[in-house]
Amino acid sequence: MTGESCGLFEYGHRACGGCAAAMAARTILDAAGKDTIVVSATGCMEVFSTPYPETAWKVPWIHSLFENNSAVASGIVASLKKQGRKEKVIALGGDGATFDIGILCLSGAFERGHDFVYICYDNEAYMNTGIQRSGATPYDASTTTSPAGKCSTGNRRPKKDLPMILAAHGAPYVATASIAYLPDLKKKVEKALATEGPCYLQVHAPCCTGWGFEGEKTMAIGKLAIETGLWVNYEMEEGKVTRVKKVVRKPVEAYLKEQRRFRHLFKPTRNEPEIAKIQAVADRNAERFGIDIKLKK
Amino acid sequence: MMEFMEGSHAVAHSVKHCRPEVIAAYPITPQTHIVEALAEMVANCQLDAEYITVESEFSALSACLGASAAGSRVYSATTSQGLALMFEVCFNCAGMRMPVVMSIVNRAMGAPLSIWNDQQDSISLRDSGWLQFYAEDNQEAADLHYLAYKVAEDRNVLLPAFVCFDGFILSHTYEPVDMLTQEQADSYLPRYTPVQRLDSADPISFGLFASPDYYMEFRYQIDQAVKGAAKKIASAGREFGEMFGRDYSDLVESYRLDDADCAIVAMGSICGTVKDAIDEMRKDGKKVGLLRLRSFRPFPEKEVRSALAGVNRVAVLDKNVSLGTKGAVALEVRDALYGQQVPVLDYIIALGGRDVRKKDIRAVVDMAGQGKGDLFYGLRQELVS
Ligand SMILES: Cc1ncc(C[n+]2csc(CCOP(=O)(O)OP(=O)(O)O)c2C)c(N)n1
Ligand code: SF4
Ligand SMILES: [Mg+2]
Repeated sequence: MTGESCGLFEYGHRACGGCAAAMAARTILDAAGKDTIVVSATGCMEVFSTPYPETAWKVPWIHSLFENNSAVASGIVASLKKQGRKEKVIALGGDGATFDIGILCLSGAFERGHDFVYICYDNEAYMNTGIQRSGATPYDASTTTSPAGKCSTGNRRPKKDLPMILAAHGAPYVATASIAYLPDLKKKVEKALATEGPCYLQVHAPCCTGWGFEGEKTMAIGKLAIETGLWVNYEMEEGKVTRVKKVVRKPVEAYLKEQRRFRHLFKPTRNEPEIAKIQAVADRNAERFGIDIKLKK
Repeated sequence: MMEFMEGSHAVAHSVKHCRPEVIAAYPITPQTHIVEALAEMVANCQLDAEYITVESEFSALSACLGASAAGSRVYSATTSQGLALMFEVCFNCAGMRMPVVMSIVNRAMGAPLSIWNDQQDSISLRDSGWLQFYAEDNQEAADLHYLAYKVAEDRNVLLPAFVCFDGFILSHTYEPVDMLTQEQADSYLPRYTPVQRLDSADPISFGLFASPDYYMEFRYQIDQAVKGAAKKIASAGREFGEMFGRDYSDLVESYRLDDADCAIVAMGSICGTVKDAIDEMRKDGKKVGLLRLRSFRPFPEKEVRSALAGVNRVAVLDKNVSLGTKGAVALEVRDALYGQQVPVLDYIIALGGRDVRKKDIRAVVDMAGQGKGDLFYGLRQELVS
């Protein structure tokens, strides 16, 4: 995939087999190299990588709380500056830490312009506490706090557009990526680290346990999200979209059918109106980012 | 050098002399004058520090935690609602053994909203693992910051510390303060060398999660460190005394206690009024003394026991209340005196800035003499009946 990993994120951690977040961590450190300080938020990645007295991190690493990784990173950046040290700082958080509970600290750190990279591994729910919805959970996904039921089709709200919110803070570089395209992720991490000021990366990280698919299908699911237009990989520089991954789009069904969290849309009967609403989300994405490759007839 | 200064400014100057490398704070009354003064010093190149203008107290202390982990001496200041917003980070700083020093300009907790003084804010964090020092006057408030860094950063302590002083009563009051020079400060408090830090040359992980097989031992070690800090306070306080003539080696201060029948126990600026009241009562032949707690964490259990050994009754002035039981100081004094026959009476007093005068202290002593206590002192009966 990305060739030989430099192994700064060690094997032997406690993630589920096929965990995209673990793959992301490895790739991020491959891109960042050893002179990097990582600040994690509470969540799956923190828990599976550091059961005391073990740690998977071969770079300096710190975890404080669920919602303060951006603020802790601010302090580290300030301290390094004062000491004249050159290490890079990466704050890592799940979607819950990033979209929801940590957005105050995140917004503050971006507004202040600290030189660090924030990377959200987005598995679209609070996985560590048992698959509860977050502001990143997509429309109609069934989670333990937005369960599908007799009078519910799952999560009622679309995903919050966090990259745009951070771009609006004046972030020089904002990008989305997916673990289905690791070389692309690696390049984006490198670019973010090379860009001065606060940069934001949001990495689609399918979660076999929380979404309900077999662990060996992680890459395939990630790819389908892109191919259906439900996840768009793009880059924004100085507030403008500068690069977009284009696809020959598949119907959203191809993605939805593979996951337990959307099963209620197909069983016991197909829920056409809801599937159509999700298709509309993909269509809007396609139009907004211009992802469709027009096939020549 | 003697200077006539506002309490906040005296503290800001001490902090400057401690050479914090990273400052992160968020404004809140009555703490603002300190952080404004520090911002001005940074703006005028009088203080070479990174000053992070965070968006909340929660981020202020989180940023301090990060900067401390990266190896810097750090400073913050807050009070009341701001401290409450830091609650989670406070436990974290102590648990991760970050020697953060923070001024607490004591203020009441809402609701109802109050900007005025009591000590409910810092007292409510007594279980968090922070050292807690309480100043009686501006001189002590200024001096205790040097002591706090010296103790907090000690290899055998490595704990964060609050330097508490009463909002408005001290922070906004002008008093003569003997300020150290930078050279004096440097000779007492050397540059900070962290025991361990985030460093790519020697990567370590901070803040791991602990299973039940490990958690308790961590907590035990923090508890041991808080208790053990008393030793370092003694040596650092003595050294301060030897260098500058003001000795802070004792965790408590006794005032006319030797032959006292009734001992008052209190913390902070109220002790000034208490001392004056005691002088008057002594003239009337009443044998009253004061035990002032300068350190609430570590709690000076042994010192309390020996200082109060000869008295017939103890009247504790609590500028806080653990709602549903009593004031925190009284509970702990009573615990320290467990097994002894002396009655410990509690007086919840001066909450939310209610003024305390000498006659109130006399009244408390009279009530204690009648065995009347464990009450809110000075309630306006027409509002509560
Ligand atoms: C203040 C606070 N509230 C709640 C929690 C409980 N909690 C821990 S991790 C977590 C969810 C994490 O979700 P996310 O950030 O998406 O990471 P994931 O586990 O999905 O990787 C929650 C709710 C906490 N640790 N702290
Ligand atoms: S629950 Fe999901 S995110 Fe968490 S370790 Fe398992 S696969 Fe990874
Ligand atoms: Mg998540």
